[in-house]
Amino acid sequence: MITGIIGRKVGMTKIFDTNGDIVPVTVIEAGPCPIVQVITKEKNGYQAIQIGFGAKKKKLVTKAMLGHFEKAKVEPKRFLREVKAVIDDKIQVGQEVKVDIFHPGEKVDIIGISKGHGFQGGVRRHHFAGGPKSHGQSDRLRAPGSIGGSSFPSHTWKGQKMAGRMGGEQVTTKNLQIVDVDVQKNLLLIKGAVPGKKNSLVTVKKIKTRTL
Amino acid sequence: MDLIAAVEAKYKKSKLPDFRPGDTVSVQVKIKEGDKERLQTFEGVVIQRRGSGIGATFTVRKVTAGVGVERIFPLHSPNLSKIELLKEGKVKRAKLYYLRGLKGKSARIKEKMEKFGLEEIKEEAPLETDVSNKPEPSEKSQT
Repeated sequence: MITGIIGRKVGMTKIFDTNGDIVPVTVIEAGPCPIVQVITKEKNGYQAIQIGFGAKKKKLVTKAMLGHFEKAKVEPKRFLREVKAVIDDKIQVGQEVKVDIFHPGEKVDIIGISKGHGFQGGVRRHHFAGGPKSHGQSDRLRAPGSIGGSSFPSHTWKGQKMAGRMGGEQVTTKNLQIVDVDVQKNLLLIKGAVPGKKNSLVTVKKIKTRTL
Repeated sequence: MDLIAAVEAKYKKSKLPDFRPGDTVSVQVKIKEGDKERLQTFEGVVIQRRGSGIGATFTVRKVTAGVGVERIFPLHSPNLSKIELLKEGKVKRAKLYYLRGLKGKSARIKEKMEKFGLEEIKEEAPLETDVSNKPEPSEKSQT
């Protein structure tokens, strides 16, 4: 059993369900992803498959990676990711993983890189309340407040929430519902929003894969 | 955006009447009551069309018992079983919000008469058919 696929976030739109209600959906173009490597318990200590997505020019691929792709007889791919799988005889290197591993109504987890927001203050980045607007205050409206006491701890704790770079990090959104699967066009329709910008890489995983 | 359009095409209606702001339409809406389903007709003037693709909507205004009622319909909703174009109106705006401030005779819209080879003109019956017998207060003062 293969538990996941990688793809590209196309964008968002809305569709009508059978009741005529509007459902917001994210369109993901996922696969077909060739299996580049099969990772087995005997050889590697765990079970998974390595799948590829997106074309890459041959001259941009290092010789080492070219050898890796040639071993699997697969065209060079831009992205390689591992997904958990129960390895049986049916799973062979070179075989393609398609969106038909999912069905409408199923719940999935989606991993992506969130949109980068640049350097942001504490109010936006960590939902700080900021200070009062009036009553004799000046320059306090979006201030972070105290970052440590003077007698104790008399320093700032490591990990203290402050202003800084926001976004651009890996985010997993759990229990998203699959609304529709289009095997011909390799499309997945996911209810709601998915982390990342348009055209960014997303990994779609079946839930409850921890037992594998 | 091609893929988005391809997804939307699956859920969009292929046959829709070509109607514009100012036109009078009758919309049949499916209404679910428990497990029964019935149709309700909403008839009035289209005062705006907005959006493109599957998110497009249109607003229909009618005046019932002197009270203006506006409903916004998603153009491609499967709950709209039928949209019928009754009259084509001649208007100079894309959004007919000015109708909200008008009532009685001034809230009428001239009908397009291109089909008959005439230039136009022939006044549409007042929208408030329910209260047509009752003259508006403003009209009274004029007479």
